[in-house]
Amino acid sequence: MTAASLAVQFLNGLANASTLFLLACGLSLIFGVTRIVNFAHGSLYMLGAYVAWSLTQHLSGGVGFWASMFGAAVAVAALGALIESALLRRLYRSPELLQLLATFALTLIIRDAVLYIWGPEDLLGPRAPGLAGSINILGRAFPQYDVVLIVVGPLVLLALHVLLTRTRWGAMVRAATQDRDMAAAVGVNQAILFTSVFALGSGLAGLAGALQLPREPASASLDLFAIGDAFVVVVVGGMGSIPGAFVAALIIAEIKALCIALGSVDLPLLGTVAFPKFTLVAEFIVMAVVLIVRPWGLFGQPQSIQRALNPAEPPSHAAPRWFYWLAGALCFALAVAPLALGETSYALVLAIDIFIAILFAASLYSLVGPGGMHSFGHAAYFGLGAYAAALLLKSAGAPMPVALALSPLGGALGALLFGWFCVRLSGVYFAMLTLAFSQIVWSIAYQWDAVTGGSNGLIGVWPSQWLASHTAYYWLSLALCVAGLVFLRIIHLSPFGAALRAARDNPLRAEAIGIDRRSVQWRAFTIAGAVGGLAGGLFAFSKGSISPETLSVSRSIDGLVMVLFGGVESALGPIVGAAGFVALQDTIARHVDYWRAMLGFFMLALTLLFPGGLAGVWRRRS
Amino acid sequence: MTEPLLHVRDLTARYGAAQILFGISFDLNAGEAVALMGRNGAGKSTTMKAILGLIDARAGVVVFRGEHISRWPTYKIARAGLAYAPEDRRIFADLTVRENLDIAALPARPGREPWTHERIFALFPNLREAQDRSAARMSGGEQQMLTVARALMGNPYALLLDEPSEGVAPIVVEAMAETVLKLKGEGVAILLSEQNLPFAARVCDRAYVLEKGEIRFSGAMDALMRDEAARRAWLEV
Repeated sequence: MTAASLAVQFLNGLANASTLFLLACGLSLIFGVTRIVNFAHGSLYMLGAYVAWSLTQHLSGGVGFWASMFGAAVAVAALGALIESALLRRLYRSPELLQLLATFALTLIIRDAVLYIWGPEDLLGPRAPGLAGSINILGRAFPQYDVVLIVVGPLVLLALHVLLTRTRWGAMVRAATQDRDMAAAVGVNQAILFTSVFALGSGLAGLAGALQLPREPASASLDLFAIGDAFVVVVVGGMGSIPGAFVAALIIAEIKALCIALGSVDLPLLGTVAFPKFTLVAEFIVMAVVLIVRPWGLFGQPQSIQRALNPAEPPSHAAPRWFYWLAGALCFALAVAPLALGETSYALVLAIDIFIAILFAASLYSLVGPGGMHSFGHAAYFGLGAYAAALLLKSAGAPMPVALALSPLGGALGALLFGWFCVRLSGVYFAMLTLAFSQIVWSIAYQWDAVTGGSNGLIGVWPSQWLASHTAYYWLSLALCVAGLVFLRIIHLSPFGAALRAARDNPLRAEAIGIDRRSVQWRAFTIAGAVGGLAGGLFAFSKGSISPETLSVSRSIDGLVMVLFGGVESALGPIVGAAGFVALQDTIARHVDYWRAMLGFFMLALTLLFPGGLAGVWRRRS
Repeated sequence: MTEPLLHVRDLTARYGAAQILFGISFDLNAGEAVALMGRNGAGKSTTMKAILGLIDARAGVVVFRGEHISRWPTYKIARAGLAYAPEDRRIFADLTVRENLDIAALPARPGREPWTHERIFALFPNLREAQDRSAARMSGGEQQMLTVARALMGNPYALLLDEPSEGVAPIVVEAMAETVLKLKGEGVAILLSEQNLPFAARVCDRAYVLEKGEIRFSGAMDALMRDEAARRAWLEV
């Protein structure tokens, strides 16, 4: 490492910090006023890049380039205004989980829209005219364009500061951030205020994406990368704090830059350490440290513990006797079904998928339902279970049954580690953190070629000979699925389950009667991780291969859709929901190109038609 | 007889499963001060919030200056000239005193002298020096004044004043009574929610007494003062 490379990396860090800040400050601003965490913020960033690309195809020269950047920001801002006024406005009083799902549905729709309009190829943008060269930093080349970026971040920070502290609009935004109802009572029209805030925040995301175009190509996977980064920055900086976002972006970008500048270093005792590899986990480490010291972020306000806003659920009881007879009969029917269907039946393959989905959905339900913890990253534990099983088999040479039996351990260990941080937060913060952790696990699996096989994943993960037939694996899946469900149900009905529900319904009262809320939630998180890991292990051996897709965010969301689809108030919900979801996906996805977008529209329709949550509808009918 | 400025009939409101108001009816005429009396939990604050549209689960007729406002959004009601000074004050703590006033400013009403900073500061001299201070760093009494001052910036026809004597020093209560009388003199109608009977008696002409979400007494303030049985039944703790 030389002084020159350190200097260049430091400047590079500043340029990256600018992009990160532009991306994150809009998210923070929108959350501050509307209290909605916009999962589609990364999608708006991605759209900024694509729209800028299209504009640069028609506008040339220096003026054309900058007009394209600005035009992309304006276009995305307009889309943001449309999204707010047409959709989110109807959801401000809905349960948090529905708001999050609605914005996530937007990411599915926008992703497919991008694929439809621009195609799957990465699109390389033009260099900025007049700024294509580089400047000399201690004998090293540093791109001129990055100098512009370095300036843009602080400029936007300054502009936002002036806007928020020196204008009447800014005072209204701050007033509404603090007390929406009182702002309305002095005549502030929230509809217009919220739409304008949403447009501004979206426009900043669009600008961030557009300005990034000369540095990296527009691609349809930018959205989830961007949202993961934005969440980390916002959590570190403090939700709703613009200066916090700036400082957090700076810290994270500079630590990554330092890792790159250090390169491979020979350290005593440790041998050669390749620091550039740490860029992946740098964000995680920064976030972890900040959350331990200040759970509400560097510049954020401590969160007040809130009671659940959802209507109280009726108490849980063990099911009546006839239900067990019915369940037993159903299990028996399912167990003998392969004898009637035959080994080659496709129904067996589909049923295995369904059993695995039920196990996964049930483990997620144990968090979302009785736990009241809205995890948006549960696929991480499914994936960790799958990778644990595959690695034990392939790298450690363990026999398949042992690898499968240890797969819950993979999920549980991950949940034990991440859960410790997550239970320190609640509500949307919890959702963001779980998603950020799952993104981190995903990128490690995606990039650590030597161990995880990178984007190709691991192949040849087949069950032992005696379990290799469809029928045998069907029985194994059925048995483990039923065992998992019974296990979760026993826990649900135990005193521990009651404590968990108490902590959900009224955290303060629960603590007042001696329940250690964090500890109870942490244990529940770990249990859910273990069962999710078992589902992942089963999945790995049923497919014969795994890839980073097993721990993708979309799998986490699929899980949530299954749970909501079935109804959050009933333990049967995830079973019905998962079976329905997999069957539907199996029939529709094979005939439709844009299945994700359809799922997105379906989710939007659910949230708009039943803004009080599906569970409420169920109960009203019963 | 002229139309009342604010006309409320059969107003009901609930929080979740708990019904708070069971059909409240009353009138507030232009230029008068009316007391809404009752013990804690009788429904005084809820009545005000329901009129302003700050409670979703509400029903009944609310007519303000001839318009049915019971389905209007809160900001529109405020702009129509119905101002609110809540009991918990709810000043915007992140804003300066001047910003608190400025975001509440609404256009002048025809035929009425508009409330300017000058007029506000003449009424509340303490606020003049505190203009650029953060509202969070003011004393309880000053915050109470700011709450009223902020409401006046909207040039209201009527002011819903919720327990201004709650939790402030006697000298501030005294100043508040003077202020309310001045405002009445300026032609601002006032609906005053109070538990402090001497204070209400000093500034109000008429009174309604609430108990468990229903109106139990309505009449002249003097009549309430004379009716010891009514006071004992519904007001005294």
